[in-house]
Amino acid sequence: MQPGYKSLLLHALVVIGLFLLQFVLPEYHHLSVARIMLLAVFAMGFNLLFGYTGLLSLGHAMFFAAGMYGAGLSVYHFDWSVPLSFIFGVGCGAMLSFVVGLIALRTTGVAFMIVTLMFSQVAYLIIVYFTTYTRGDEGLVMPQAARSFILLGREFLLTDAATRYNLSLILLTITMVVVLLLVRGKFGRSLIAVRENEPRTRMLGYNTFAIKLRALTVSGTLSAGSGAAYALMFAYIGSSFATIQYSIDPLLYSLLGGAGTVLGPVLGTFLMFYLIDIASEYTTAYLLVAGVVLVMLVLFFPKGLLGTVRERWLRWLP
Amino acid sequence: MDFGPYLFLATLEGLVQAAVLCLTALGLSLVFGVMRVVNVAHGEFYMLGAVLAWWITGWFAGNPAIGFFAAIIIGPLLVGLIAYLCERFILRRVEYDPEATIVATIGILYILQQTTLLTFGPDARPVDTPFYFRVEFPWFGYSGYKLLVIGAAVLLLLLAWFVITRTRLGLIMRATQFDRETAQNFGISVDKVYATVFAVGAGFAAVAAVLIVPIQQAHYLMGGDPLLLSFIVVIIGGLGSIRGTLVAALLIGLSDGIISVFFSPTLAKMVSTMLVALVLVFRPQGLFGVRSRI
Repeated sequence: MQPGYKSLLLHALVVIGLFLLQFVLPEYHHLSVARIMLLAVFAMGFNLLFGYTGLLSLGHAMFFAAGMYGAGLSVYHFDWSVPLSFIFGVGCGAMLSFVVGLIALRTTGVAFMIVTLMFSQVAYLIIVYFTTYTRGDEGLVMPQAARSFILLGREFLLTDAATRYNLSLILLTITMVVVLLLVRGKFGRSLIAVRENEPRTRMLGYNTFAIKLRALTVSGTLSAGSGAAYALMFAYIGSSFATIQYSIDPLLYSLLGGAGTVLGPVLGTFLMFYLIDIASEYTTAYLLVAGVVLVMLVLFFPKGLLGTVRERWLRWLP
Repeated sequence: MDFGPYLFLATLEGLVQAAVLCLTALGLSLVFGVMRVVNVAHGEFYMLGAVLAWWITGWFAGNPAIGFFAAIIIGPLLVGLIAYLCERFILRRVEYDPEATIVATIGILYILQQTTLLTFGPDARPVDTPFYFRVEFPWFGYSGYKLLVIGAAVLLLLLAWFVITRTRLGLIMRATQFDRETAQNFGISVDKVYATVFAVGAGFAAVAAVLIVPIQQAHYLMGGDPLLLSFIVVIIGGLGSIRGTLVAALLIGLSDGIISVFFSPTLAKMVSTMLVALVLVFRPQGLFGVRSRI
């Protein structure tokens, strides 16, 4: 079999597996997996920038929050329909990531990490500052009217767990297809070229700033999609989703699963989510797990799970 | 109270802030300057200093000054030791790669913070002021201890300046900062210099925290604000420039003290963070620094 078909088959199997999973999962895990799939979209968006382009952003929470608040606030204050506010949220993230990219991509290396961290902090403070509209830390619960919507003549009930699960799965599948197409195509190769050696890529005649800007915008837009869906499906927005914690989570997921692989962030999200979930049953200091995993990964396992699998056995893994 | 004395009070408060900030940021700046790595866990070393001060002062009954004196000696030494271990077993092993170091120090941040939560607990705890003494100005009385904080910070900064510019140790440090490989060729053990600088940098944060803890209270989440402020100071002052760091710390500590008297602190934080990010983008050498060689 051609490597292309192999990877296509693998990804199709993952999607089918996730679809079948919903029939066997108990209620609690059913909900968890729906959340995980949305967070995995976030991690895949992050990984496009981090794993493929080699740019470490410490401020992706602002894109997640842009989608979340774009969607949530338009539903809450303007009574927009769910699909419209979702699109609006994604649009907010696209705009924000484009503008942030224009400014932040003038820096490189450590400065880029700090600048994105600070922009994200500003975004968080803006949410807290306009507490009249956002209710800051306390957050907003989406109104009952926004718990269902009609699309293509069919009514979707967001209060229904199965609907939420399958919508999350659809979003995950779309993201996976988009990322696969991007990274297997010419654009993906130019991203990797920038990651491996930016000056040489520039010397070959590529406009590396434009490549990085496009990567950041796509990455931010996907993150916003995840945030918008999260707000609409779980009916809550709050400033805690804009904290530094939410910038570090996708980094952790990507590193664990394997940065620079398509499925790595998905696997990483699954493992880390459950690891933290289990740890939080025993102690309030469950973030200790996150710290230990980060240090261990950096020291002993820099390529992550799927990165190692690709290096050792499956060379064709995208 | 009239505007004049009011401004005077705000300035005094700002000076206390600036003094503590100078020490904390100097630690971060040293580490960045010499080792070229960003230590995200710096705020946690500060927090550890405060928590250890609470713990150590608990050993001594009687005069609180004895406990405080012990805390300001033992606390920073212990924090320095922890930092040394982090450097030795984590940072050195990733060879100070900028990206890996940031990720690793984020990990260290969580480990230190959450371990403190496990052992010290989620509550804020006070530490006794070593002495009660009020300085009477014509308009108001002012805590003598706060003036001591300012004085102690000035002394420590002078000491640091002396060590860096006038001693052999400082010369070795500056040589390593200027050109690591040439320094190694001249027989300087770069590994030792790095480990020392990292430990001393953390120690500075810890000293700052011990000084401020009688005014503020110790809490396991107290490391966030000093980290962000130190970042701001180090960036405004120019990454790695010690003189710039001190000027910027004075400027920001003072203005932070004064601005937050007149404006909403959230707005002030928002605007200053944004401005600093833009400084980093458009003037990466900082407002006072010179363009670095590397």
